[in-house]
Order: sequence, then C-alpha cells, then structure tokens
Amino acid sequence: MDKFTALLMGFLSVVLVNNFVFTKFLGACPYLGVSGRLDRALGMGLAVTFVTALSGTLTWMVDAWILTPLHLEITRYICYIVIIAGAVQLVEMYVRKFFPSLYEAFGVYLPLIATNCVILGLCLFLDIWGTDNLLEAVVLSTGTGIGFTVAICIMAAIREELLLADVPEALKGAPITLITAGLLTLAFMGFAGMIK
Amino acid sequence: MSPNNGPTSGLYSTALLAGLWRENPTFRLLIGLCPPLAVTTAVKPALTMGLSVIFVLVCSNLVVSGMRNLLKPHLRIIMFTVTIATFVTICDLFLKAYQPKMSEILGAYVPLIIVNCLIIFRAEARASKSGLLVSVLDGLGMGAGFTLALCILAGVRELLATGRVFDLPIMPKAFVPWLALQMPVGAFVTLGLILGLINVLTRKAPVTEEEPLTEPPVPTPA
Repeated sequence: MDKFTALLMGFLSVVLVNNFVFTKFLGACPYLGVSGRLDRALGMGLAVTFVTALSGTLTWMVDAWILTPLHLEITRYICYIVIIAGAVQLVEMYVRKFFPSLYEAFGVYLPLIATNCVILGLCLFLDIWGTDNLLEAVVLSTGTGIGFTVAICIMAAIREELLLADVPEALKGAPITLITAGLLTLAFMGFAGMIK
Repeated sequence: MSPNNGPTSGLYSTALLAGLWRENPTFRLLIGLCPPLAVTTAVKPALTMGLSVIFVLVCSNLVVSGMRNLLKPHLRIIMFTVTIATFVTICDLFLKAYQPKMSEILGAYVPLIIVNCLIIFRAEARASKSGLLVSVLDGLGMGAGFTLALCILAGVRELLATGRVFDLPIMPKAFVPWLALQMPVGAFVTLGLILGLINVLTRKAPVTEEEPLTEPPVPTPA
C-alpha cells in the first residue's frame, strides 16, 4: 500500500507539480508550434505520451541492465537518442499500418517527435531522480507524457480563444503566446506546495 | 550539384552574418527555445550554454557537410542525431572536468543540446547541402546569434531579478529586486516582451516595403 501511494504521488508530481513544460521548459517548441488547434494538440499529446512511455521504459532498462553493469555510461547519450529514434520509427510504422487516416493527419510532425526535448529530457531526469525500479520508471514516463498533453491542450484551448481577442499590434503572434504561457506557469505554481 | 562551387566572398559573409540578426534563431526563427528559457536566469550559465552550442554546431556542421554525399534520405536524421550526440558528449565531459560548478548549474540542459532543433535544422538546411567552409561559417554565425540572444535575455533577467550582472552590482541600493523574473514565468514573459519590442523596431524602419512581411497572417476563426 505504501508503495502504491508513493507511485501515485510520483505520478501526480510529474503531471502537475513538476510538469516538464511549465517548470523545466522542455518541449517548448511543439508547445508553442503545434498548439494552434485543440484537436491537433490532443493528437500530438497522445503520440508523445506513447513514445515517452515506451522510450522512458526502454532507456531505463538499457541503462540499468546493460550500460551500468558494463561501465559504458560514456555512450549513454548516443544510446538514448538511438533508442528514442527507434521507438518513434516503431510508432510511425504502427500508425501507418493500422490508422492510415491518423497518419495523414500527423504528417511531418510524427517523425519530428524524435527531436522533442520532453522525451530525451525524461530519460535524463529518470537518471537524475535516481529511479531504481522498473515500475517507477514506467509510471513516471507515462505521467510525464500525460503532463505534456495537459499543458499543450490547455494552451491550444486558450489560443483558440485568443484568435478573437483584441491583441496590441506589436504583440500579435508569438509574443502574446509566450506571455500567455508565462501566465499559465504562474497558475501551475499554485500546485508547488502540494507534493514535496 | 551543391551551390558551393562559386565561392564569392558574398556567399561567405551571408553565411556568417545571417544568424546574427536577419535569421537569428531565437528572435526571428523561434527555434531551439528550451535553452533560452531555461538557462537564462544569469549571464554566466547563459554564456557557457551559448559557447557549448557554438562548439557543437560548428563541429556537427563540419562533419555533416563532410559526409553529405554519403547520406541516405531515410537514415539522414539518425545520422545527424548520432553525430550531434557524439559532440555533445565531448562537450559535457569537458564541462564536467574543467567547469564542474557550471556543469552542475546547467545540469540536464547540456545533454539536451542533442535535441535542440536549431542544430538539426542547420544540419538539414545548410550543412547537408553546402561545402565545408560555408557550413562552418554558418555554424559560427548561427551559434553567435544564439549566444547573443541568450545573453540579452539573461542580462535583462539577471539585472532586474538581482540588480547585478556578472556579479557586478549595477542597480542602486534602493532597487527592489523583481524576484518573479527568476521564476519560469519571468522567462516566458521577458522573451515575449522582447519579441514584441523587435516587432515594433522592425516595423518602424521600412514603413512601406516590408509591411506584408512583418504583418502576421490574419487568422480566420472557424
């Protein structure tokens, strides 16, 4: 039971309190680039969640069971990036085979997930946080992906409204998006005291 | 095939200077936004990050340009990332050995240079299509523009959040620090306001000619 509570807390922590987008600025590019429409943002979020969960788990396994025992930590970054690229390739093949319409809708964004900082960031932070068992790695990876989905969906919903707002001429486009993102991080800071 | 066999000096200077302002990666192209937001609480880490990016960008541009005739279309991206990851590992180990304190401050953001869109973008858009010299100059220029942007952003945030820049006190004693600028919100809002300022400045200069360029596309609500 104790273990379950710890896992749940860890999950909530990466979704709300230590949300990668709001506290670590990871994934800022798609967060600002793909967040124009809510449906596309949701699709992107789900794809990223899947890749994050898969590659977070895989990199943890490779790191703990192969690289550390063999003292090959120096090749860590190269291994991570190859695993992530492989996972993205796998997802791309799967989606193309079984969901052709979704594949069309994603277009070029699907292969670009490989260079999404959320994913590599998560793999690195799993190591920094000292994750020491597989279950924890799975839960934290999935949570991080869901946190990204939450962030990008909120942002997309706000931006859909923003189209109708009267924004000062100089701030139209990217500047107002960034300022909105700033206010959103301020809102999410309210969660900060919730979990240590 | 590649446009590098007409080496005019104009080509080189354009490659070098484009990144500084006209195609500044942070302020004009809005790519590679993680580091400008994450490491700009003070000028020192921002400068370290900028120099690391210059090193990785120049080296990876050099290597990618060198092997541009061997690249297979579908394996291109993975070749780029493995090249970049190698140089980032070198950079990370160097910082750990000679600048341990700075390495600790920057933390995971040094390895995260691997997935900085700026570097892959330059490999794809410039280095895989141009000769060695142009690619290296392009890397230098883009890297310098990136560093410049980081330092401007960090300078503003450090000055207003602590009243000092590079540990030198600048503001008068009575200045009340704006602590909010050191939090994540400060990063987003400062960058947003700087972009707004640049919009105003670039609009003023050429009033008639560049009007359609600076005007954002009018979004049509669905």
